[in-house]
Formats: sequence, structure tokens, C-alpha cells
Amino acid sequence: MKIGVLALQGDFAEHIAMLKRLKVETAAVRLPEHLNGLDGLIIPGGESTTIGKLAVAYNLMEPLKQFGQRHAILGTCAGAIFISKDIGRDQPLLGLMDIKVQRNAFGRQIDSFETDLDIPELKQATGSDAPYHAVFIRAPIIESVGGDAKILASVPDGRIVAAQQGHLLATSFHPELTNDTRFHEYFLTLVD
Amino acid sequence: MEVKTGTWIEKKGLAQMLKGGVIMDVVTPEHAKIAEDAGACAVMALERVPADIRAQGGVARMSDPELILKIMDAVSIPVMAKCRIGHFVEAQILEAIGVDYIDESEVLTPADEAHHILKHNFKVPFVCGCRNLGEALRRIGEGAAMIRTKGEAGTGDVVEAVRHARAVIGEIRRLATMAEEELMSYAKEIGAPYELVKETKELGRLPVVNFAAGGVATPADAALMMQLGMDGVFVGSGIFKSGDPARRAAAIVKAVTHYQDASILADVSKNLGEPMVGRNVSQMPEAERIAGRGW
Repeated sequence: MKIGVLALQGDFAEHIAMLKRLKVETAAVRLPEHLNGLDGLIIPGGESTTIGKLAVAYNLMEPLKQFGQRHAILGTCAGAIFISKDIGRDQPLLGLMDIKVQRNAFGRQIDSFETDLDIPELKQATGSDAPYHAVFIRAPIIESVGGDAKILASVPDGRIVAAQQGHLLATSFHPELTNDTRFHEYFLTLVD
Repeated sequence: MEVKTGTWIEKKGLAQMLKGGVIMDVVTPEHAKIAEDAGACAVMALERVPADIRAQGGVARMSDPELILKIMDAVSIPVMAKCRIGHFVEAQILEAIGVDYIDESEVLTPADEAHHILKHNFKVPFVCGCRNLGEALRRIGEGAAMIRTKGEAGTGDVVEAVRHARAVIGEIRRLATMAEEELMSYAKEIGAPYELVKETKELGRLPVVNFAAGGVATPADAALMMQLGMDGVFVGSGIFKSGDPARRAAAIVKAVTHYQDASILADVSKNLGEPMVGRNVSQMPEAERIAGRGW
């Protein structure tokens, strides 16, 4: 199994380190040809506007959309924005997941937070029922899910922070910033 | 359910999200839009770019909060702002208006010639400049969640940025070869907290994100700093003091992503118009250099 990490901008090195801990072969993706031979892809945290512009400039939009039709993708924070269909403003999106996302929904950096989440799917996939500690940084929320997309996790006030649609995953938080590998392990169960 | 804000993971984490990106100095909301449209991962809001601070002289202070707020309104990317070294009240004001990162910067006139701000006292994260590993680890010890090598701001001459990046990277490389029992004397020698020296050795890199700054003016300069091992690049005067800021800004963003691909670097370096005029640091009197500010 070989998993790519979109390395246009952001914390792609943290995702690569996480995958290496799980003994998975990795590759950095900066150009369309780097998608060849990959079984799945992670779109990291970063600035979604920067990632979108670079994806357009280097003709990655169509190849990424096609890749997502057949392969598993995990989008974290900026990655969740980029993989979504609608964010209520004009910037390049892959439109792969039927989710509506709002950028910077919790406020600015001083409002960034850590908290524990209950994610039943992680218990099924990993056998551990410890709460999942999630790190949110200038985080987006998933305002709504459509089609066959389902909610994976919400914060106590009900706002959605993780969703799944078939082999596609989106999170508002950063599974790559803690030592807990369970979210990546769950993602790998979706890779063919 | 417990919710924690302003934690070390949060502070360090935002800098991790900026990696592989370009942070651009902007002096108006219009500049900020140009920077965002060019693909900047954050902007530094200030009244004068370093080249103008040099040219105009006088005391350089924190910018007008009204200007910073207008820039925060204009863009969706993170906004940083500078306070003077040791001026913790300017920092309190910047935190109160909600900037995403504070740069305790030698580019402004220092307010304290012995002490930096105790940055652990704040919820907002700080970035600080350094010329070597000891200075970087002292700043992290005070609570800086991001480091930038200082270079020589406002010159368009990359030589000092290279010197400082090579110093930090070289010292970390030396540290990697040291025996455990050598670390305490090394910590003493470079004036750095022992625990952070140990952590740096274990990680093989600084414990926080490290950007290059001070003199980057071209896509090639930016890629040079990335190939030397920096996590990203600040560009100050280099963009808005050049002939075609939007084009140059976009080119530097691409150069930081594709820093290992010489054919892409060649392509983005074409037809950028006039670079900033620049000043040769080696011919600059000691008194005009600002990288020495910081203790």
C-alpha cells in the first residue's frame, strides 16, 4: 500500500511521519504525475487558498478529482475545505464530498482549541474506546452533509467536525498533530 | 467536555500549518488582497516595510491597530503583526485586537535592551528572530512557538539570511554528533536552556517551525532558503518594493513549493520585472544593521 500526501503547502510532513509510524509507504504529491501508483491520498492542513491556487497552477484539479472517484482521500482542516462541494465563497474546490464547509468557523487563532471527541467508528476500527483528543486550529466546521455523506463526529454544541462519504473522509481537526494514530488507522481501512 | 485554548500545541500548530508557505509584509488592505491572491499563507500587517523603516529612520513602533484591523478584515488568511522587543504592552494590545501571531521583531526599535517578552504569558502565539541556535532556543524558552532566522531585513541581500540559516542548521548537525554528557556544557556555551538543547538533539531539528527571513527578494532566494532546510519564507520589502508585486509574489509562492525542481524555478523566474533595488550588507556600516538587536 502506498499513500500520497499532497505537498503543495501545509503540514504534509506531519502526515508523512504519522503514516511512517504505521509502516505505510508514502509519497509527496506536487505534480499530477506524482499520483501514479498511489492507493490513497491525504490532503493536509495548511491554507486552503494557497493549496487551491497551487493545485490550479500545476494542473492538479482534474487529476485529483479523478483520483477521488476511485481512491480513498482524507482531508484535514484545509484538506476538508478543499475536498468539499461548497464553502459559500469563491476559491478552487475539488467538490468530491457532499459537504458544506465554513472556513475559520470558530474564530481567529486565540479561539483555537483542543478537546476530546467521541467517534464510534474509531472504536470499531481500532478496538480502543478511549476518547479521541482533537486539535482545532482556526478550524472550519462542516455546516451540513448531503447525499450519502454521514456525520462521524460533532462538538458538544452539535457542530459537525468530521464526516465520511464512502471512501472519502473530512475532519475540521488535525489527527496529524497528536500521537494518537487511530484516525489514520481508520483512514487506512478505507483504502483498497 | 473540557475545552482548552492557547495551549502549546495550538501555538506551535498554527506555525505548522504555515509550513511550505510564504508570509508577506503588507502595509495596506489592498496589498493584503494582492498577497492572498498570489497564494501567501499569511500576511504581516505593518505601517512601513523594513526598507522604508531604514530609509526614514526614527523610532519604529507597533503599527496603528486600526490599520491592522482593516487588514484582518480584508483577507481570510492568518494576519501577523509586529511589536518591539520587550514591549509586552504592545503585545497585549495586539492580542486584544485578535491578531493570529505576534512577531517580537528586531525590525522595530527595541523597547528593552536586556529582556524579551515572557511569551508564555500570552494566549496568542509569538514568532521571534534568531541568528544561531542559542538565540533560537532562548526565544523558545521564553515561549516563542515559531522561529525565523533574522537575515538583514529591508536590504534585498540574502547573504545574512543564509549565514543565520547555516548557523542554526550547522549547530543542530553538530549537536546530533555529541554525547549526552556534552550537552550541559554545550547549553552553557551557547546560552540555551538545557532541556531544549536535549530536545533539539532528539528531534534533529528545532522543536518549533523555523522560517527564513531578512533579504529574500527572488524566487531563487526563496528556494535557496528551502534547500538549506528552512520550513518556509518571510518576504518583507522584496515584494512590494519590486516592479510587479503580484507577479513576483506568485512566483515566490511557487518557488517555495517546488524548491527542488530547477525547471519550475527557471520558469517562475522569467519576466518578473524589476526586483527591489536592495543594499549590499557587506558595505553597510555596523550601526545600520538590525540583526544584532536581541539578547
